[in-house]
Amino acid sequence: MGPLFTGTDEWTLVISLVIGIGFGYILESAGFSSSRKLVGVFYGYDFSVIRVFFMAAVTAAIGLAYFGYLGWIDLSAIYINKFYLGSTILGGIFMGLGFIIGGFCPGTSVCAASIGKIDAIIFIGGVMIGSLIFSLAYPLYANFYTSGAKGAVTIYDMIGISKELAIFIFVVFAVITFYFTAEIQKKISEKSHKY
Amino acid sequence: MKNQKKYMNSYLAGVLLGLLILFSFYLTREGLGASGAYKRVVAKVEHIVVPSYIENTSSYFHKYIKDGKEPMKNRLVFMVIGAFIGGFISGGINNRLKLKVEHTPNITSKKRILFAAIGGILFGIGASFGRGCTSGAGLNGMAVMAVSGFVVVAFIFGTGYLTAWFFKKLWL
Repeated sequence: MGPLFTGTDEWTLVISLVIGIGFGYILESAGFSSSRKLVGVFYGYDFSVIRVFFMAAVTAAIGLAYFGYLGWIDLSAIYINKFYLGSTILGGIFMGLGFIIGGFCPGTSVCAASIGKIDAIIFIGGVMIGSLIFSLAYPLYANFYTSGAKGAVTIYDMIGISKELAIFIFVVFAVITFYFTAEIQKKISEKSHKY
Repeated sequence: MKNQKKYMNSYLAGVLLGLLILFSFYLTREGLGASGAYKRVVAKVEHIVVPSYIENTSSYFHKYIKDGKEPMKNRLVFMVIGAFIGGFISGGINNRLKLKVEHTPNITSKKRILFAAIGGILFGIGASFGRGCTSGAGLNGMAVMAVSGFVVVAFIFGTGYLTAWFFKKLWL
């Protein structure tokens, strides 16, 4: 029964390298090595980011639920991100700005750098500088960073519905999003944005 | 450029990425991530340049070196190295390997570089407050139906949409 290894296993490093290769290969193949394609999501001329993102999340969520149901994985052992009200929201705002201004996120910038995008290499340098700034100024907001701790809370526990229903609602939401973003993209690309 | 192949269908890419996340959880109990690797590089540099600073238990990156831990010996560091290799393989197969600065014809390379740096810095700060980036906090978080995953994704995209108008000259 999974998970087979933990963070301290040496095997985890090897497996992570292999998973990383798949990660980079898929992102690059999907065109996520181009900042202009990625940013299209904010201007309506290319919603690939939304499609890949929600499709991946939905697939993994359904897969995990089935693996749990079949007894292949111990869902209580997997990592669930902790929620810190203020810090998580502020982080999202900063990342949104970083995305629209820089054109990448940390994962996509690696793929873009690997095929020779100089702007992506600069972006990576920026992420490191940003992390350094955060670490140096940490005492200023150490309290804020750990305040509003809600723990590893899931959306179904918070609302008080079953996990299966929550995943079903998520799937419906994703399909509706796919439909409307496809319609918007059709309209906007008629105005011809070439990149 | 002329032999450049088309991109993979984004729904297919999403399913493949989702299966990869599933197997990552199955094998290592955690999903994908990227920003953690950069944080560890910074921690490593701090450890080399100013060891007394990071050895102070109150410093932010102390957690990466405590009990004699090696900050680079971490799954996310290996994952990002892998992502670089995987991206390079796909770029090679699809004839997309080329050293260049990508930008719209309306801005200069210099301007693109400047904004890539600013965006990177903001993202680095954001991924620290958010305890992970688009993949580690957002994608994984949604895969396990964590509230934090949905919140962080809503705020990343929400902020992007709300501010897109101000930065349209960079992209359109």
